[in-house]
Amino acid sequence: MPQPLPELTIEVLAQILNESAGEGEDPGPDGGFADVPFSDLGYDSLAVLETAGRLRRDYGVHLTDDEVSEAGTPQSLLDLARRRISASAS
Amino acid sequence: MSAVLITGFGIVAPNGLGTEDYWKAVLAGESGIGRITRFEPDRYPATLAGEVDFDPAGHLPSRLIPQTDHSTRLSLVAAGEALEDADLDPSRQPMFGVGVVTANTAGGFAFGHKELDNLWRHGPEHVSAYQSFAWFYAVNTGQISIRHGLRGASSVVVSDAAGGLDALAQARRLLRDELSAVIAGAVDGSLCPWGWIAETASGELSPAEDPTLAYRPFDPRADGYVPGEGGALLVLEEEAAARKRGAPRVHGQLLGHAATFGPRPDGSGTVSPEPLRRAITLALADAEVEPGDIDAVFADAAGLPAHDAAEAAAITSVFGRAAVPVAVPKTLTGRLGAGSGPLDTATALLAIRDGVIPPAVHTRPAPSHGLDIVTGQPREAGLRVVLVLARGRGGFHSAAVIGAPR
Amino acid sequence: MTRTSVITGIGVIAPGGVGVKAFWDLLTSGRTATRTITHFDASPFRSTVGAECDFDARAEGLTEEEVERLDRATQFALAASRQALGDAGLVPGEAEPPRTGVSLGSAVGCTTSLEREYVTTSHNGTEWHVDPELAVPHLYDYYVPSSMAAEVAWSVDAQGPVTVVSTGCTSGLDAVGHAARLIEDGSADVMITGGTDAPISPITLACFDAIRATTPRNDEPTTASRPFDATRNGFVLGEGCAIFVLEERERALARGAHIYASVDGFASRCNAFHMTGLRPDGAEMADAISTALGRARLAPERVDYVNAHGSGTKQNDRHETAAFKKALGQHAYATPVSSIKSMVGHSLGAIGSIEIAACALAIEHGVVPPTANLHERDPECDLDYVPLTAREADIGTVLSVGSGFGGFQSAMVLSKPVGSGR
Repeated sequence: MPQPLPELTIEVLAQILNESAGEGEDPGPDGGFADVPFSDLGYDSLAVLETAGRLRRDYGVHLTDDEVSEAGTPQSLLDLARRRISASAS
Repeated sequence: MSAVLITGFGIVAPNGLGTEDYWKAVLAGESGIGRITRFEPDRYPATLAGEVDFDPAGHLPSRLIPQTDHSTRLSLVAAGEALEDADLDPSRQPMFGVGVVTANTAGGFAFGHKELDNLWRHGPEHVSAYQSFAWFYAVNTGQISIRHGLRGASSVVVSDAAGGLDALAQARRLLRDELSAVIAGAVDGSLCPWGWIAETASGELSPAEDPTLAYRPFDPRADGYVPGEGGALLVLEEEAAARKRGAPRVHGQLLGHAATFGPRPDGSGTVSPEPLRRAITLALADAEVEPGDIDAVFADAAGLPAHDAAEAAAITSVFGRAAVPVAVPKTLTGRLGAGSGPLDTATALLAIRDGVIPPAVHTRPAPSHGLDIVTGQPREAGLRVVLVLARGRGGFHSAAVIGAPR
Repeated sequence: MTRTSVITGIGVIAPGGVGVKAFWDLLTSGRTATRTITHFDASPFRSTVGAECDFDARAEGLTEEEVERLDRATQFALAASRQALGDAGLVPGEAEPPRTGVSLGSAVGCTTSLEREYVTTSHNGTEWHVDPELAVPHLYDYYVPSSMAAEVAWSVDAQGPVTVVSTGCTSGLDAVGHAARLIEDGSADVMITGGTDAPISPITLACFDAIRATTPRNDEPTTASRPFDATRNGFVLGEGCAIFVLEERERALARGAHIYASVDGFASRCNAFHMTGLRPDGAEMADAISTALGRARLAPERVDYVNAHGSGTKQNDRHETAAFKKALGQHAYATPVSSIKSMVGHSLGAIGSIEIAACALAIEHGVVPPTANLHERDPECDLDYVPLTAREADIGTVLSVGSGFGGFQSAMVLSKPVGSGR
């Protein structure tokens, strides 16, 4: 039996990023991974593309080139993906 | 022409990760060949290999791991050790002064296997973004260049198992042209089911299941080779640049090199010694040394009777019968594709440093070859100039002359 | 005495044209050879456009056995070598074999055959443990791209230095640069050199899809490759091969060979930045250009034509425009710059040599090939890209550049021969 997919949360996205592109840089004492730019987390464009690929495979979320390149932080990528998921569910 | 110095190297081998571990194992005659553990080998015509198992997370930044093949991870480890050994800080070199030249036989093949599986089992959207480079032949040069900020002229040469020595020769050209230092050599390996059937299709692997009975080059019972993974990366420097920056040690010099190619096999199964003889002669001439100056030969050691006979004939035609000690340390590691030439070069430098020729294991060489192969125990010997040989399938022949530090 | 190398023979297998004449006709007509991929059903992929060669191996003189056994890219290389040797007026073995070498560029080797054999041995991708019983005996030769250089060496009887140079998308340029270097240092007198790749296969499409590097302009296949155009959105994957007979100059002159061009300077750099990304300032490519010109002892103002990498990705075309300005200064604005990838696509490790062929022919005929499909200006690409129509010009010196995954940036300077035969 395939496991049901967990709801896409920031923690789940962090996990996908980790598996797709390795552990990010420590965001520092202020924490707040979600709003730290990908580049400051050490994730390059390929890391984001690889993560977008996982979102497509696992959650059926298809993001355009511009959306991928404009999603500058984990939170913005998450918001985008969740909007897509709820749009397809409704 | 200014000398080309070898000021550092890094080794990853089945019988030792890192130079000192490897050298200790070599002198003790410890083999790294065993039954394959990376995958279940029983269904294949050969089951032995020289594996290098290590935890990449302990050696490399986390973000490099999803995007790299095992052989690239090993390359990065060797490059790091080489730079450290040379105490070379690239950021203190001219911006375009340091380059990278690597060789490999088949690229990041295991990574490619995973992605072929993803594509054909699950569909195009399951293929990793990293497949665009992680499997290809240029990947090790690119990743080493990025990790260490090396922006000088760089290259990748692919000439099967002869390629590792060709990479050292290419590095020397770049030093003569413009560079102050080059990381050069090869770390190779494709241990995955898909790579394995490509290797076994050659029909040249030993079917033996006992590591002590497989890969016995120059032995009358030789029945093929054992593949392994690993190799060495060396730091080569132009002499004046090395002296100027105060390089802490000089392991030796790259004195000469030549590459030749053999005519199409005639189907008779015999192998001509001529291309290898010519490579040796040209390399000696390039190094401006005589056959009598060579203190040891590190043999290619195919482990196939016809190829062993051709190599023995080439060596004896240049040096005479049993006139020079022959070392085959790769009996402890298996043949590492392009990695063997650079690993033999690094091993030769260690042999020069310690005045000792490492022994071959598991082989009882046929006297008819006329070679003085060092077996059993390490042999003490003052070494000044050493010849390293490497051959690749299809007719690639390469010879390098390595000298002691001046 | 300084040894230099000259091109005395050319062989080309390109999309839209097999042989030098058909190739040059295509380039000067401004027609394009990009189309919907026909080699297999590409409809499951994001990008379905390709630049394919209509190649009949038997018509090019390959035997049934060679057609059966050799990868398509190797077949290209054998056919193009044969053309080049004939064009140079040489027969195999005529040049002293030990003084003849091969330097063959290829980014992805026998990838198409490897994938085909993988599908067979894995029972259509269902078995991780591939079946050795189903492996063809020559699988090892697909596994190691060096086999391609070996086949060429055997066919032309080269017994000197033989290698594959595999530096991603600069392979075709770097292989010729390597060959020229071997002639310069006396390692060989004649080099059979160039690049070949036949990468149009599912795994290659999938990996470029994954990084969105190829254009998704599937509904307009013939105008999908748009270097320097504001609407460009990725490259078109191609295939092909160009092979040259490169000879030491005095040797070529002594035998009265026709000389297309001399290879006057070559340099390569790494960006040490990113496996697929480019530094926006083009610093490494600019330095490669300046170094190549320096080796040719030519001022930037002497460049009459720049054959651009011009892949048609957003970042590449900006990157190299910046590099041209940095290396050539004001002269960048006065020099025609064009990308033949607009017509023949991007054949990875082959295209660098196909572009050298275009450069040699541009010198020979005094014509600059155009950049097809260039209609809309990009403010960040503001040089003279020779849109749509070929242009007559007296061309003495050409600069050709390449840029590849791994960070490789290369530049070569070719010049009109002085004192050639014919």
